Amino acid sequence: MAHDGPIKVGLQDCRNAWVETLEALAAEDERIVAVVNDSTGSSKLGGFQKKFPDRLINVGIAEQLMVGVGAGLANGGRIPFVSAASCFLTGRSLEQVKADVAYANFNVKLVGQSSGVAYGELGATHHSIEDFAWLRPLTNITVIAPADAWETAEAVKWAAAHQGPVYLRLSRMPVPDLDIPGRAFTPGKAELVRSGSDVTVIACGTTVHLAAEAADALADKGLSVRVLNMATINPLDEKAVLAAARETGAIVTVEEASVRGGLGGAVAELTSGECPVPVERLGFPGFVPTGSTEWLFEEFGLSVAGISAAVRKVLERVKR
Amino acid sequence: MTPKPETVDLIREKALWMRRTAFSMVHKAQLGHPGGDFSAIDILATLYFGVLRYDAKRPDWADRDRFVMSKGHATGALYSALCAAGYFPESWLATYMQPRAMLNGHPNRNYVPGVETNTGPLGHGFPVATGIAIAGQLTGADYRTFVLTGDGEQQEGSNWEAAMTAGFRKLENLTLIIDRNRLQQGQSTDVTTGMDPMDEKYRAFGFEVAVVDGHDLGALYDVLSQSPKGRGKPLCVIANTVKGKGVSFMENQAKWHHAVPDDAQFAQAMKELV
Ligand SMILES: Cc1ncc(C[n+]2csc(CCOP(=O)(O)OP(=O)(O)O)c2C)c(N)n1
Repeated sequence: MAHDGPIKVGLQDCRNAWVETLEALAAEDERIVAVVNDSTGSSKLGGFQKKFPDRLINVGIAEQLMVGVGAGLANGGRIPFVSAASCFLTGRSLEQVKADVAYANFNVKLVGQSSGVAYGELGATHHSIEDFAWLRPLTNITVIAPADAWETAEAVKWAAAHQGPVYLRLSRMPVPDLDIPGRAFTPGKAELVRSGSDVTVIACGTTVHLAAEAADALADKGLSVRVLNMATINPLDEKAVLAAARETGAIVTVEEASVRGGLGGAVAELTSGECPVPVERLGFPGFVPTGSTEWLFEEFGLSVAGISAAVRKVLERVKR
Repeated sequence: MTPKPETVDLIREKALWMRRTAFSMVHKAQLGHPGGDFSAIDILATLYFGVLRYDAKRPDWADRDRFVMSKGHATGALYSALCAAGYFPESWLATYMQPRAMLNGHPNRNYVPGVETNTGPLGHGFPVATGIAIAGQLTGADYRTFVLTGDGEQQEGSNWEAAMTAGFRKLENLTLIIDRNRLQQGQSTDVTTGMDPMDEKYRAFGFEVAVVDGHDLGALYDVLSQSPKGRGKPLCVIANTVKGKGVSFMENQAKWHHAVPDDAQFAQAMKELV
């Protein structure tokens, strides 16, 4: 798998928060087990394996089996965290996720590692940009894409305590901690990152900090940009989206995912029926070329400049 | 068929060039899967320079033999083979995994001539190769189809679905080669699921099975070049290999699945690969 580059100062690899939290929870609750597909290293579960050797179940390179085993472990009273590269966890095992986890409503926690375009150079087979679109219609799976290390830890804790299927969409792309005082993680609720009244940027996961930076840059130019961290893609915080539509009149969505069927799709579905306003969706248009994660972010506008340009564009559409 | 000495010499020379080339690509990109490149290179060199019928100028020639690289992460091996075979110019090699490059981390048939199907997710190549072989059987074409999988890759159930169909349909034009280096991404196959006896498993699925030293070029040539006519069943070649073969510090080391060399390691490897 792709090489892990050095992490820039001030940035965090959220996988550390994931494993530290999981190990702490597992020490308290013996029902917690991990299931992997030859992905112990890429899931950073080496420490977990040392501490709880019997509770790390490596089924080999067999993702359909992995998710089925997860459902079976839940049936047997365990709390399985099924952890694999998100492209294979959701893509290869989609029917197992649908039938064995969502439809059967088993208490399985799916943990998608290195989501989005984390494996940039490895190409479209290894990108996981379709996962939101695949999982959103499986209504009773809670889909969460944490924005930083703190939110990752909170989401893991919540998932362990929650009774029901969860998909945690993690990244290995280093991100800064969001600087928001008095934070509390509430699944299904958007988090206000910046208040504003001219336009709203709704982001999730690795792009939230970029949206905040873009809002700050645009504030200098006299624009009041609201930024929402929509960590929970499913179920969507409809109230927050409709309030944004009514109060700011224009929306930009930003996600490290396809522009079809993900966060942007969810926002467009809702607003088109309830409160039609212009919506610009930033993300990937489909299969993308080879290139590093950083290059793909720049190339497809997942950047301060790209988000700022989308904000200007959506405001132009409001004027027309 | 026992190969002529000059055939083995040619394969050996090409395999050496492929190892040096693959490692240079990985070193430059600082990405790749060199361990699995090196276990497979002798197999690919034998196919492309001893066994396969192809015309690099006509990658879509209907009667070509097909080679499907199911272990699609080993593009250092595949691209160096396709380049050596004349499918694309050497100037492409330096673009490996660069932005917008044709030479993506995993092979894409829409960009790279000679690639039969897109792979990367494990467990896809054998089913596609089975379809290619069924097409050959339906049309009476006399091309052969070869597919190479990793041994860890055999944990994917799709392989066994393909095995059942290929055995049942007696696809004698199909050859499955398993790169049996006994390591997967994180550790040994033996401690992950245990896979032996592979030969008996494939025999039970209706295959003729040959177990060979995957670095013995003469033995590889011998088993792969035999005419399939009249065999009445698909062939499974279990090639016992060494992950990282050819570079002392890489051989049999799980971490070289996707570790990449620094400058000193690269220089050392180039000294050994002569
Ligand atoms: C469906 C799927 N799951 C997981 C991976 C990640 N992966 C890439 S290579 C690899 C190990 C492959 O081992 P093996 O088949 O033995 O190959 P080799 O040792 O010959 O490189 C894994 C798990 C993948 N590419 N596809």
